[in-house]
Amino acid sequence: MFNALLISSLYVLDQDKALDFYVGKLGLEVNTDQDLGFMRWLTVNVPGDARQVLLETPGAPGLDPKTAEQARELVTKGATGGHLFFTTTDCWKTYNELRAKGVEFTEEPTERPYGIDCGLRDPFGNHIRFSQPLAAAAPVGSDEKRSARPSK
Amino acid sequence: MSRAVEELNRRMLRARDAMDRAYAQPLDIPQLARVANVSEAHFIRTFRGTFDETPHRYLQRRRVERAMYLLRATERSVTDVCLDVGFTSLGTFSRSFRHIVGEAPATYRRRGPIKAVPNCFAMAWTRPSSFGEAVARKIV
Repeated sequence: MFNALLISSLYVLDQDKALDFYVGKLGLEVNTDQDLGFMRWLTVNVPGDARQVLLETPGAPGLDPKTAEQARELVTKGATGGHLFFTTTDCWKTYNELRAKGVEFTEEPTERPYGIDCGLRDPFGNHIRFSQPLAAAAPVGSDEKRSARPSK
Repeated sequence: MSRAVEELNRRMLRARDAMDRAYAQPLDIPQLARVANVSEAHFIRTFRGTFDETPHRYLQRRRVERAMYLLRATERSVTDVCLDVGFTSLGTFSRSFRHIVGEAPATYRRRGPIKAVPNCFAMAWTRPSSFGEAVARKIV
């Protein structure tokens, strides 16, 4: 069966703006930026992490124009549910750095039973969270048997 | 036309995020309209067009949702919970709560404490549905 999750996809409304945000502000790196003709294949990853996020614009050929319009509207309403959840070694430090870069936060760092985390939005409306996990806490969503990933 | 809609949606989302974040504070329409960067007159109508309910109603549901959580996760009195989530009148709080949840705050509390910790933080993330007339989710 599967042994990893390699690529997941997020709708963005403009790939250049997405690059400015995800690479320029959030500090991800470009994994692949390739013109396939019918689409621009643009993926980013956390430096040192194999998992990629495809920054995809809703549109042809996958979606007809009317559906694409609807998808774009849902993104701007924060209704597409394509959340990303990152981890960090210092939530407050990262929060302050990103705030200084003008990132729009929905929630400041808050202590939770599993660590400290906060929420932000990308320029299009996607919801993003990042967390500083407690050393002993299992990653959110994992079963308890799985051991916690060491924070880097 | 659609880019204009997208931009307005995004601004309304910003105002809604502000309500989710600062529900405990005395938010008013002028403040929220400023967050959304639109005129006050425009704000209520546009917000309603975007999320299918008025900003006032959204804020009320967010406050009630937080109150539902506090009633079952803490020992605070109903009056304290009412004030904690941003209501200033116990009467308005009780009426809104009953209207949205379908029962009085004290009755709701008698469902008992929320047991699992994961449930608590799952709730902390949960936003009440804001599309249409969906009522606040009851945590069983």
